[in-house]
Amino acid sequence: MTLFRTLTPVLALALGLFVAASPAAMAQQGPLRITITDGVIEPLPFALPDFIPETGGAGDYAQQITRVIASDLSGTGLFREIPASAHISRVSSFDAPVAYEDWKAINAQALITGAVSASGDKIVVKFRLFDVYSGQQMGDGLQFAGTPATWRRMAHKVADQIYARITGEGPYFDSRVVFVSESGPKDARQKRLAVMDYDGANVSYLTDSSSIVLAPRFSPTGNQILFTSYESGFPRIYLMDTGSMQVAALAQQEGTMTFAPRFSPDGRRVLFSLERGGNTDLYELDITTGQSRQLTNAPSIETAPSYSPDGSQIVFESDRSGTQQVYVMPASGGEATRISGGAGRYSTPVWSPQGDYIAFTKQNAGRFHIGVMRSDGSEERLLTASFLDEGPTWAPNGRVIMFMRESAGAGGQSSLYSVDISGRNLRQVTTEGPASDPAWSPLLP
Amino acid sequence: MTFFPKALLIVAALGLAACNNPDRFGKGGAGADGAGGYGAGGIDANGLGDPNNPASIAYFNQSVGDRVLFAVDQSTLSPEGRNILIGQAQWLNSNPQYAIIIEGHADEQGTREYNLALGARRASAVQDFLISQGVAPTRMQTVSYGKERPLAICSEEACYAKNRRAVTVLSAGAGA
Repeated sequence: MTLFRTLTPVLALALGLFVAASPAAMAQQGPLRITITDGVIEPLPFALPDFIPETGGAGDYAQQITRVIASDLSGTGLFREIPASAHISRVSSFDAPVAYEDWKAINAQALITGAVSASGDKIVVKFRLFDVYSGQQMGDGLQFAGTPATWRRMAHKVADQIYARITGEGPYFDSRVVFVSESGPKDARQKRLAVMDYDGANVSYLTDSSSIVLAPRFSPTGNQILFTSYESGFPRIYLMDTGSMQVAALAQQEGTMTFAPRFSPDGRRVLFSLERGGNTDLYELDITTGQSRQLTNAPSIETAPSYSPDGSQIVFESDRSGTQQVYVMPASGGEATRISGGAGRYSTPVWSPQGDYIAFTKQNAGRFHIGVMRSDGSEERLLTASFLDEGPTWAPNGRVIMFMRESAGAGGQSSLYSVDISGRNLRQVTTEGPASDPAWSPLLP
Repeated sequence: MTFFPKALLIVAALGLAACNNPDRFGKGGAGADGAGGYGAGGIDANGLGDPNNPASIAYFNQSVGDRVLFAVDQSTLSPEGRNILIGQAQWLNSNPQYAIIIEGHADEQGTREYNLALGARRASAVQDFLISQGVAPTRMQTVSYGKERPLAICSEEACYAKNRRAVTVLSAGAGA
């Protein structure tokens, strides 16, 4: 139940740059580089000796932090860890010179060394990244300070630095995912809101299962969550503050159903669908004034709206052509341009945080797909296929997509999966039980 | 472990008193065949009355027929559906003591939010038809469950066809 509350002040990111021992710190254009938009690539082998405990009581943290870093990197499918049993060199101290030849001999391309100290309620993690083949340190050494409760976040921060330096992409490991935790049989499913680290750790539950809850979404700062609940008996959108756990109903109007909420990039407005008399249109609510405004006015279903990262446009789905298709219109409303053009139905469009792609769900010939396309509909690429894949959400760096996959039949259950925008590295995200409707947070501060 | 603050619970409780809570009472509105809606706030499984009493909810569910079915992705009423609704309207007009919630549902072959909107279309189509048959609009509310509450759980058309439905759920103490 303690979410960001505990984290924010604690890990007020003592992101310290300690003086790098070698002047080779600018070796950023070294040969150690993965371009993740390339096709099939061989994972880059790295060596990650256990971080060195520099104080008594730091041993467990050092070991666990090392494992989380390894898991983050290997989990991308872009890196492969060389097991410690194959290491020739032993790293005895953080400042000991690197025996590059020993790491080359086992084909390690990257070497990560680190140390952990613990004193009182404070833990400090520092690391260095080395390009083994050029024999140089890559970037500066960095250190992060936190409390025992935030050790995993510190590990994610280290892994984020390494990932970003080698791929040139933004980091994403230090992030959370809000989702719907499911239990019970298909015809009496119980649902409750939950939040976890991006890798499935540190789960906490935000509601009980007394009401159906659907499709949560983070605010741009990660400290508020929009969701749809049947708490009143009817689907309505609510806003939860993750610090205080206070919940407020938004845009209440008698006789209407509201759903599919999503924040504007500045966090001040909420786009949503409002149904009245069987017809669903898009609306925008100004959270500060409570004023809402109708953006579409058509007899068709308009839903699943998402802003472009600059806030100037809205992508949404509509069945105005007869089936679900994806459209883009100005943020103020007005004329919409259809961008989906292939066979089948297109839905749940979400603009990438980088602005370069729109992720969507596609239904065609009895199968569901998660795909991406440019905002003009070009370069469509399907990343997955199954009985039911639905509801993509973007990692903070816009390079990985999480979604839900449901299996068929009476025993059908939902799980969370992630996949690269290149379609590689499809993998299930570990959750305690069945899970659906994931929404990724921004990178934590 | 409920995190909803008091203010919200009060709002919810008021809503319940005024208009039922279709999500809360499980299969209360279900007919004897085990099928049914999820509504009928305030009426438990034993509160449906004697099916031989033509003014009972049990009679409505079983003999009049509490639901109509829809084609894939459609909300147009079929001739059979209209016949059932004509019967519903006659019964409802003779039994004005009941309040009505029309639940719209979709099968699982669709995305969650679209299916919510589709279920609302179906519920609304039924409501509009009942109004055209003289049922007072003030007695009726609609709610959509999208694909959240399937009745039949196989992943085949035989089940999907049962799930694409609008169910007329009654509760006593009516008239909003």
